[in-house]
Amino acid sequence: MAVKAAYENYSGPNRDAVENFHGNQLVYLGWDEHMMFPCAGVFPLPPQMPFGAIIKEVVPSAFSLHPDFASIDWGKVEWLLDGKSFNPTLDKSLEDNGVNHKSLIRMITPGLNGINNSGF
Amino acid sequence: MEQAKKMNMKEKYNAMTGDLAWDFSYKTEAEIFPLSDFEGIKIEDWSKWQDPFRLTMDAYWKYQGEKERKLYAVIDAFGQNNAHLGVTDARYINALKIFLTAVTPLEYGAHRGFAMTGRAFPGVGAQVASQMQSIDELRHAQTQLHTISQYNKYFDGLHDPFHMFDRVWYLSVPKSYFEDALSAGPFEFITAISFSFEYVLTNLLFMPFMSGAAYNGDMATVNFGFSAQSDESRHMTLGLEVIKFMLEQHPDNLPIIQRWIDKYFWRGYRLLGIVGMMMDYMLPKRVMSWKEGWEMYFEQNGKMLFDDLARYGITMPKFWEQSVEEKEHLTHQLWLTFYSYGHAAAFHTWIPDDSELDWLSEKYPNTFDKYYRPRLVYLREQEKLGKRFYNPSLPQLCQTCQIPMVYTDPKNPTKRVYRETIYNGDRFHFCSDACKEIFEHEPEKMSQAWLPPHQIFQGNCGGATIPDVLKHYHFTENDGGEFLHSRDNANWNLWKGLTPDEEAA
Repeated sequence: MAVKAAYENYSGPNRDAVENFHGNQLVYLGWDEHMMFPCAGVFPLPPQMPFGAIIKEVVPSAFSLHPDFASIDWGKVEWLLDGKSFNPTLDKSLEDNGVNHKSLIRMITPGLNGINNSGF
Repeated sequence: MEQAKKMNMKEKYNAMTGDLAWDFSYKTEAEIFPLSDFEGIKIEDWSKWQDPFRLTMDAYWKYQGEKERKLYAVIDAFGQNNAHLGVTDARYINALKIFLTAVTPLEYGAHRGFAMTGRAFPGVGAQVASQMQSIDELRHAQTQLHTISQYNKYFDGLHDPFHMFDRVWYLSVPKSYFEDALSAGPFEFITAISFSFEYVLTNLLFMPFMSGAAYNGDMATVNFGFSAQSDESRHMTLGLEVIKFMLEQHPDNLPIIQRWIDKYFWRGYRLLGIVGMMMDYMLPKRVMSWKEGWEMYFEQNGKMLFDDLARYGITMPKFWEQSVEEKEHLTHQLWLTFYSYGHAAAFHTWIPDDSELDWLSEKYPNTFDKYYRPRLVYLREQEKLGKRFYNPSLPQLCQTCQIPMVYTDPKNPTKRVYRETIYNGDRFHFCSDACKEIFEHEPEKMSQAWLPPHQIFQGNCGGATIPDVLKHYHFTENDGGEFLHSRDNANWNLWKGLTPDEEAA
């Protein structure tokens, strides 16, 4: 469907086009079953950044306040990229891992499901 | 000379409204009213527009003037008697902070919108009704500012509502609702605001704030409420008349209006979540729970309204069932969200005391003890250990309602709902099927949303750090954060001669 406008061929700027982010792209990062962080966070990241840097830098800045964080076994973490199961190559860039502008990365930590297993 | 006979009400109404219209001689109607048909609404006879109040401008000025005099006398007395000390406790003021920053600017937005419809509608009855409502809305914005400014002398967070409204991340939720309507055509605007907002949902906006004020000793706001009440009932009546008028004018109008009802019901419901959070968490003396309010005002009264409209072919707004499924989770999730972003809000947040937690258990027997009480108790313990929790990252927002994507599947309340769509090669995210559908119907418009976290990263909000952004919002260091450590709380204890323990209990 298309918007009904007062004149023909109405269009406007895509306000969040990747060009507006000074060389970065937006990446959303959420941790399933950890509702202490009530929603995913949003981060401006260079597309050339290796995926490993997400684990080393971005994830701790977002989630290290949770008591489960210290117990994460990084070898067992499962990832979802834009809703699909995904095996990131840590030394490859976000771009080469298929992480695009406004991609959503979800982290699942089997066995770690929030305070007292409550999903919080 | 023979004296003219005094006109009766009906003659006077006709003389003061219908007869004010001009016949155009050198421009066509289409040239004068260029916005009247692009939305597809067909009006065959504008003279069928009935104003149930038959209010004329001279009577309007007289009534409104009397109400103003009464209201301002009360506001003066309020100031002279230090009536701000009469509220239940300083936490209550935070409900007023939300009202002043999130609702008062909407009154001003409604003023603008009805000025637009008053100019855009070709029928004189609709022009006069729009003009009166436009002036009402301006009056409401002004009287709310004047009433609540009494509290601004003593409490934080009330000092810059219009500046904040245009910038602050959570205030983009009410702002975008209204601007969606304002930037549409006149028929969509009046359906969105007069019908969906004023008629279907207004009881859930006005009742909680005004009854909440009465329950919590805020006589200034109660008086504003009285002063606005007769206007509100006129607006509600107009909302219903507008819908019926459009539906009676042409059968082609039905699907267009139904879609607008669906859209603005959902957007209005999302917007009201913050009011529900206020009802359940922010009023020291509670009026009713969000769940009870939704059951009474939407599930019962709203259902009756839509039963009545069934003869025109109108059905219940699409996705209404989801609002019912969410009712036992909504306010808890939103309060926890604001609690975790309390360092970036212009009002205070806190963990309810034990008696308040018990009230929530009683009102939400299926969900509160199971999911939400343990979270609140955990956060309270962390605060006592000096580890008050604040979420360090900026939130992912829904592209349509602009609320952080915190909503969960009601059948599985630790699973967030994530929806997305691709438009022109870019990905867009949504909190619900309803918000996704609204976007997909008008992607050219909704893809232009001004999402505050994204704007921060584009460099349009004063800088890259949270202090830069809060400065850009005109927040002071005392406006947000934990209530227990707030200047509001410290002052309140001082004024009332309380020790902190007495106050918090």
